[in-house]
Amino acid sequence: MTAKVTVADVERVAELAHLELAGEETERMLRDLNAILDYVAELNELDTSGVAPMAQASELVSEPGNAASATASRADQVRPSLDRAVVMRQAPESNSAFFKVPKVIER
Amino acid sequence: MPGEIKTTETFVEKPKTLAELRAEISTGRTKATDLAASYYERIAKKNPRLNVYLSLTKERALAQAERIDALAAKGDPLPPLAGIPVGIKDVLVMQGAPATAGSKILEGYRPPYDATAVAKLEAAGAVLLGKINCDEFAMGSSNENSAYGPVRNPVDTERVPGGSSGGSAAAVAANLAVATLGSDTGGSIRQPASFCGVVGVLPTYGRVSRYGLIAFASSLDRVGPFAASVRDAATMLGAIAGHDPKDATSSQAPVEDYAAESDNPVKEPGKAGLRIGVPSEYFAEGLDPEVRAAIEKGIAALEAAGCTVKAVSLPHTKYAVPAYYLVATAEASANLARFDGVRYGYRSPHSATLSDMYSHSRDEAFGVEVKRRIFLGTYALSAGYYDAYYLKAQQVRRLLAEEFLRAFAEVDAIVTPTSPFPAFKIGEKTGDPVAMYLADIYTVTASLAGICGVTVPCGATNAGLPVGMQILARQLGESTAFRVARAVEQSLS
Repeated sequence: MTAKVTVADVERVAELAHLELAGEETERMLRDLNAILDYVAELNELDTSGVAPMAQASELVSEPGNAASATASRADQVRPSLDRAVVMRQAPESNSAFFKVPKVIER
Repeated sequence: MPGEIKTTETFVEKPKTLAELRAEISTGRTKATDLAASYYERIAKKNPRLNVYLSLTKERALAQAERIDALAAKGDPLPPLAGIPVGIKDVLVMQGAPATAGSKILEGYRPPYDATAVAKLEAAGAVLLGKINCDEFAMGSSNENSAYGPVRNPVDTERVPGGSSGGSAAAVAANLAVATLGSDTGGSIRQPASFCGVVGVLPTYGRVSRYGLIAFASSLDRVGPFAASVRDAATMLGAIAGHDPKDATSSQAPVEDYAAESDNPVKEPGKAGLRIGVPSEYFAEGLDPEVRAAIEKGIAALEAAGCTVKAVSLPHTKYAVPAYYLVATAEASANLARFDGVRYGYRSPHSATLSDMYSHSRDEAFGVEVKRRIFLGTYALSAGYYDAYYLKAQQVRRLLAEEFLRAFAEVDAIVTPTSPFPAFKIGEKTGDPVAMYLADIYTVTASLAGICGVTVPCGATNAGLPVGMQILARQLGESTAFRVARAVEQSLS
């Protein structure tokens, strides 16, 4: 049931990732994406039914009974953040309050 | 000495130890300002060829050095890294200094804050010399993917230093810094340390704050040090480790005195020696025979020092590679979505629409390898595939982590080669796909499992190319890894 990746798939991914592919880059990407399917096929050799996905390696480290480590959230208090002027200085285009960008909708 | 390498040997120079420099600075025999100046001189000489530093932070460095000299002159107690010249991989931010992540998309960017690890080093007295070259967004294993040119291995400048923290490893090997910081997602500290003949540390995930590390894969990224000796690497880790409220994944576990722990022999009187596990999966086809020989010598030395060595089995090892590629690329695609030309970095000129601006900026300023990984990761996470690809990989990840846990019930440390081959020539990414695959296996397993490790120089090939031994320990087991590494280091001195 190994579905093959199509050019339509590549174009959809390009859209999602906000990347354009030129000419033979599409060919190469098709090959790379198909290679991913080989990886997935390998992983499917393993029976993982009932195995919880491990998103955070550090979950194995948190000490049981230590509430602080079990929940990594803090009290909801407003604290100073970055200096806005400093941040806006990095903007390619801005009016110091907002980032300026080309129009969103093309008509 | 086995095999002469041509005159490129002059690039290799061993830094003095932290202890030695501390003695010189605290007694006033050496001034921190003079020391920093001497490093900048050496950088001026060697950097044109090695391409280690992308930018220098002289003002900040000299201001710090002056502060240290003033403390020393008054006879005040000095912080642990007082006056020590340190280099920072360009994926870690230093306020006001360039942070390119080896990419054109961040050319000109000046971060408005310090990474926590950077701030901690400075609070410990370190003199931060500058920002160091690396593979773009830490993606690569040869430092050939930098948008600012490759770094050259000081041992043989026709060869790669490894990657992605190639510059950080090379800096220590060439004494362009006494120690450096790098990052490791799938091997990016360990492998270059091995290629350049220096010590590299993979801290447990969460041991060192990731605040201020430009993210590649958030569940895999670690910040860690390079140094010329095990004790100095341990000292560096002690300076940067610890809980950080700004990093929700950072560990609350107390920071041990790693340097002192590294002094403890692997066999203490009246106690059994440390148990070393050797996994057969890492000694398979594709391992360079000279590398194997060097590692076997290292293992024999550990036995002679009082360790018991036994075979362990990690049967799920091979699944680590596909799991890693799915997890790392998926997380990278999310983390690199922020580079869109809106708020910082490169913005493509003359885009008619916002959407064009996004794709043109990313197209024009991301390198080929980065684009490739974003693509793969986006695919793995897209609707219809997320469960089958990303989630499946995370399930396999748990199996790998549990496998290590079971192994660490039987042994205290697991020893493997850090890389199946020594440094290859620039432009000639080793042609053997089996060897390349094995190379991935060696390092990504520990990355996925969240465990810690140290790579220590363990001899060289007949041509004089460094070989590294990887010592893996359980999560938060850095002290054990340092003890074993120290024993290997001592056996070779």
